[in-house]
Amino acid sequence: MGEERKVRIMIAKPGLDGHDRGARVIARALRDAGFEVIYTGLHQSPEQIVAAAIQEDVDAVGLSNLSGAHTYLFPRVVELLREQGADDIVVFGGGIIPDEDIPKLKEAGIKEVFTPGTLLEDIIKWVKENIKPRR
Amino acid sequence: MFNKEKIEAIIKERQRWEEEILQDSLETLPESRNTFTTISGLGVKRLYTPEDIKDLDYERDLGFPGQYPFTRGIHPTMYRARVWTMRMFSGLGTAEDTNRRFKYLLEHGETGLSIAFHFPTLMGYCSDDPMARGEVGKCGVAVDTLKDMEILFDGIPMDKITTSMTINPPAAVLLAMYIVTAEKQGVSKKEIGGTIQNDMLKEFIAQKTFMLPPEPSLRIIVDTIEYCAKEVPKWNTISISGYHIREAGSTAVQELAFTLADGLTYVQACVDRGMDVDEFAPRLSFFFNAHIDFFEEIAKYRAARRMWARFMRERFGAKNPRSWMLRFHTQTAGCSLTAQQPYNNIIRTAYEAMAAVLGGTQSLHTNSLDEVLALPTEEAVTIALRTQQILAEETGVINTIDPLAGSYFVEALTDKMEEEAMRYIDKIEAMGGMIAAIEKGYPQMEIADAAYRFQRDIDKVNRTLVGVNKYITDHPPVEILRIDPEVERRQIARLQEVRQKRDNKKVKERLQQLRHAAQGKENLMPYIIECVREYATIQEICDVFREVFGRYQDPGLF
Repeated sequence: MGEERKVRIMIAKPGLDGHDRGARVIARALRDAGFEVIYTGLHQSPEQIVAAAIQEDVDAVGLSNLSGAHTYLFPRVVELLREQGADDIVVFGGGIIPDEDIPKLKEAGIKEVFTPGTLLEDIIKWVKENIKPRR
Repeated sequence: MFNKEKIEAIIKERQRWEEEILQDSLETLPESRNTFTTISGLGVKRLYTPEDIKDLDYERDLGFPGQYPFTRGIHPTMYRARVWTMRMFSGLGTAEDTNRRFKYLLEHGETGLSIAFHFPTLMGYCSDDPMARGEVGKCGVAVDTLKDMEILFDGIPMDKITTSMTINPPAAVLLAMYIVTAEKQGVSKKEIGGTIQNDMLKEFIAQKTFMLPPEPSLRIIVDTIEYCAKEVPKWNTISISGYHIREAGSTAVQELAFTLADGLTYVQACVDRGMDVDEFAPRLSFFFNAHIDFFEEIAKYRAARRMWARFMRERFGAKNPRSWMLRFHTQTAGCSLTAQQPYNNIIRTAYEAMAAVLGGTQSLHTNSLDEVLALPTEEAVTIALRTQQILAEETGVINTIDPLAGSYFVEALTDKMEEEAMRYIDKIEAMGGMIAAIEKGYPQMEIADAAYRFQRDIDKVNRTLVGVNKYITDHPPVEILRIDPEVERRQIARLQEVRQKRDNKKVKERLQQLRHAAQGKENLMPYIIECVREYATIQEICDVFREVFGRYQDPGLF
């Protein structure tokens, strides 16, 4: 057995939402915390995100949405990963997400949801504890 | 403003005060921090005196309101004659839903309209495009065709109200819809008043709703400016925006600098087209953020007016005083609001609104307490509107013009903002201008750096965010507005009906004519208007642009 490789995380912006401040701050914070980070850039369809996640062989996908479309987009990404047999890729998310939506998102397979005001430290800690290299 | 001897005497007295009075005080009661800064990181001194503004020349640097360089305001009477326009940014669900919200706000004393479109419209897609799934009516109102615009303004007289539209890549299309809707109400395009945001440079920099690469984006913007100068004389053809630059995490100085640098790019592009500067410059408008650092914001607005006036007169040789005036809309800072203890957002917004008014804004949107969670409820938006009404009619801040002028601190900070912003503008010009700077990712990365720095400061509690990193308590959730999932189905049904009922042969012809014009050099506005008139969809028109000019892809910098 070789040395465990670094955890690879993709931060992705699904849909047409252009608010990328949070996604980019998180991407940088995770990179500074020692993870390998890939950022998709804006305006990605769930299909594009899933294809990129598989191609880049990431361990987790962090989705960011601030337009209210999370109720469709987040579960759609999980569903597509499942269809591709890549459901061992952990999906988490954040953005402008009303509290009452969080249980539904978790039920759909989103492992954790971070809302505005979350400290970077808390996100980094969660990632360290919950995401491991897939193989 | 002060003679040399007087300044020297003040300096001497300050030194004595520091030794004899201050020193004792610092020993018995030390200051809470080693350095004090604005939220943007500019150093703030303990005390400001005439020494800090010793080079200020009243006539040269401040002048009188309504006169060059407009530091004190663009009108000779400011709010004593007419208060700012209270313009609440609104849009939700279908055109019917938003029409209802507009009428509600007008009944409650709003004085101008401002349309928020949902993301598919902002990006030039129809509600039934696969990319629109989940977005319909969520972050604003769905507008696919002229039909939606007609419903949006049903019962709202377009000759009596001015309307601002936050729309960028497809700005020309929405303006065309507005013109044709007004025509159907019997209102000529010579009479309508309002604003399209139409500022693509800040989209590449910050707001990120983009469609075409920078050069063709600029061509269409200049087309709208040129067309309106002749045909829609009361229309503000562009709203050169710092708001989104700030929301993306910039400092106040970056907001000021990048916005003015964008403005200079647009003016130069119009001049290069062969227009006379005084023909179009009076209809350029601006849009700034009102963040939480009170004095810094006021200084920013004052510096912006002075800098723009100088650029327009000295660099571009504008002769009409209206070309020198920087007129601006303000929105309080969405990014300063917190999801935690959301009622605190009312207080934040009120302070920010006051800064905008003390800075001389022409119109104002105040955010609702729940906008960090969802689109605002009717109750929340009413409180936000009332915040402006209290400011205008109870606090007395409107009684005199530019009341903070002459404050040693505010004048020194105004100078500092100008100086720091000029440093950025010079740097951008040395790179070959804003488009070249954007292609290098320069403003994008400057903002990303500032945003990251700010977030780390919050994490480390170097800066307080009440309810987030200090004074943390649980707060019961507030009631939020939900968009009915039926909205998507209803909107798509209407769109399909429009497609069936219109003359599809004519639509095809008009789109073909637009394509030809886009391939050439003609002004595209008349062609867009003819497409819209036949109920061509926003996506059909934007697809022509995407086909002819190509798409811009986010470089994904972080």
